[in-house]
Amino acid sequence: MLKDVTLGQYFPGDTAAHRLDPRTKLVGVLIFIIALFSAVNWISYGIMLAVTIACIAISKISIKTITKGLKPLVVIIILTGLLNLFYTQGDVLISFWVITITKQGLKRALFMTSRIILLICGTFLLTYTTSPVALTSGLERLLKPLSKIKVPVHEMSMMMSMALRFIPTLIEETDKIMSAQKARGADFETGSLAQRAKALLPLLVPLFVSSFRRADELAVAMESRCYHGGSGRTAMKRLKMGSIDYLAFTLGFIMMFGVIALAYFGL
Amino acid sequence: MDKIIKIENLHFTYPGDEIPTLCGIDLEIERGSFVAVLGHNGSGKSTLAKLLNAILLPSDGKVTVSGIDTADKERTLELRRTVGLVFQNPDNQIVANLVEDDVAFAPENLGVEPEEIRRRVDDALKTVGMYEYRMHAPHLLSGGQKQRVAIAGILAMQPDCIVLDEPTAMLDPIGRREVVSTVSRLCREKGITVLLITHHMSECVDADRLIVLSEGKVVADGVPSDVFADADLLWSEGLSVPATTKLLYELNKSGINVPLTAIKTDDCATAVVNALNLVK
Repeated sequence: MLKDVTLGQYFPGDTAAHRLDPRTKLVGVLIFIIALFSAVNWISYGIMLAVTIACIAISKISIKTITKGLKPLVVIIILTGLLNLFYTQGDVLISFWVITITKQGLKRALFMTSRIILLICGTFLLTYTTSPVALTSGLERLLKPLSKIKVPVHEMSMMMSMALRFIPTLIEETDKIMSAQKARGADFETGSLAQRAKALLPLLVPLFVSSFRRADELAVAMESRCYHGGSGRTAMKRLKMGSIDYLAFTLGFIMMFGVIALAYFGL
Repeated sequence: MDKIIKIENLHFTYPGDEIPTLCGIDLEIERGSFVAVLGHNGSGKSTLAKLLNAILLPSDGKVTVSGIDTADKERTLELRRTVGLVFQNPDNQIVANLVEDDVAFAPENLGVEPEEIRRRVDDALKTVGMYEYRMHAPHLLSGGQKQRVAIAGILAMQPDCIVLDEPTAMLDPIGRREVVSTVSRLCREKGITVLLITHHMSECVDADRLIVLSEGKVVADGVPSDVFADADLLWSEGLSVPATTKLLYELNKSGINVPLTAIKTDDCATAVVNALNLVK
């Protein structure tokens, strides 16, 4: 059950999307988000959709993986759609009982849901195609100027990469504890919500205890391997911007300014 | 011969504890030797490991490794590069999501040049036989493979000495064999001093020297065959002996004269055959 979690997962590959510098991808996602939130009409949404599909095609991530990632957020997407559908004033399209659907509402619901779906797809593509190590080192490099004003950039990125490293380990452990508790008659699946939440307690307590033990052992192991903070550290894999990165940047900016221009001139 | 580790009158008490964990240990370990340290739970063997690379500092006494006093705070980094520690749980010492990135962790910390790191990582992974797995995620490997990756991570620092704190405790027999044979090869071929802390008797048989710890003291120290020959002592310390020793011991007790020192399987077989021939 827990193995199905695809959030934050990385699928190794050797496509153009995988080879891009992590900094390019991070900035690219930022550009993508800005463009997405500037989109106001059919053409701009069409462009965003086309860009997303193109990115998915380039990365060779299967549609199944993407839909699996969207699954946990289905409720939010549907809710947003419905709220926009029913609570927008405008030209009435259908009206029965207490429900009124307007033309503007329909359009807005469609835009909002596609905005959320595209946003999720775009950000998921980042984690799907970038290894956590590359991602954190990219982030560290991008935020490096902040360390001048005493922001612990290296420590933050190290913590992030440790957290990502331990997700599969902790998931495995949760599964193990769950099986052990089930073998002794624990019931995680039935009962009211409150009962089920209470049933999770004997799962969370051992998980917490063992996480602290792990953290302690990890700290000792890291120190034993000469870890002493970010100063004087080198990296085996140096980040390098190639022509492919500049191309991606160019296309990204064209997309963003295009979408903004479309919104500005109201085309 | 050159002594790589010198421990003089070492005492250690954990803060807040009444009873000392280690009380008065004197040891000298020769460079390039393969030493096994045996002891039951709570005998202080893990504490000893952590004292060797300044994770813990002695309450009293002195620990020197390659001429570096562990209490010398200025040289801690140099010390930790010299003495690599491998721990029991492989999951809790792997820091990266990719095997080769994990092996690169220590040299990255030491500020080694990227090209040199690449070379060291490849070398270390080839040495432990995990080169084909360099692009794998560590959590998908078997226990023995993870532990070999951990050893590679230490090798990338190019240490003079590797201390392994019960590296096989969480492994199945196959993983155990992988790890022990890797470690003994490192010692024989690369001349790295190995200190293997364990409670599996069978892993001690190949060592040059066996040290038995109990209640924070050294109770036996010598060539494994001699130490195991004193089976009564080991039993009284709550430890077992290898199956070969047990067989020889029982044979002796029932009046068949066999040397207790024949602890390697082949030697033991020969000894038993000889004894049987005599009986005939």
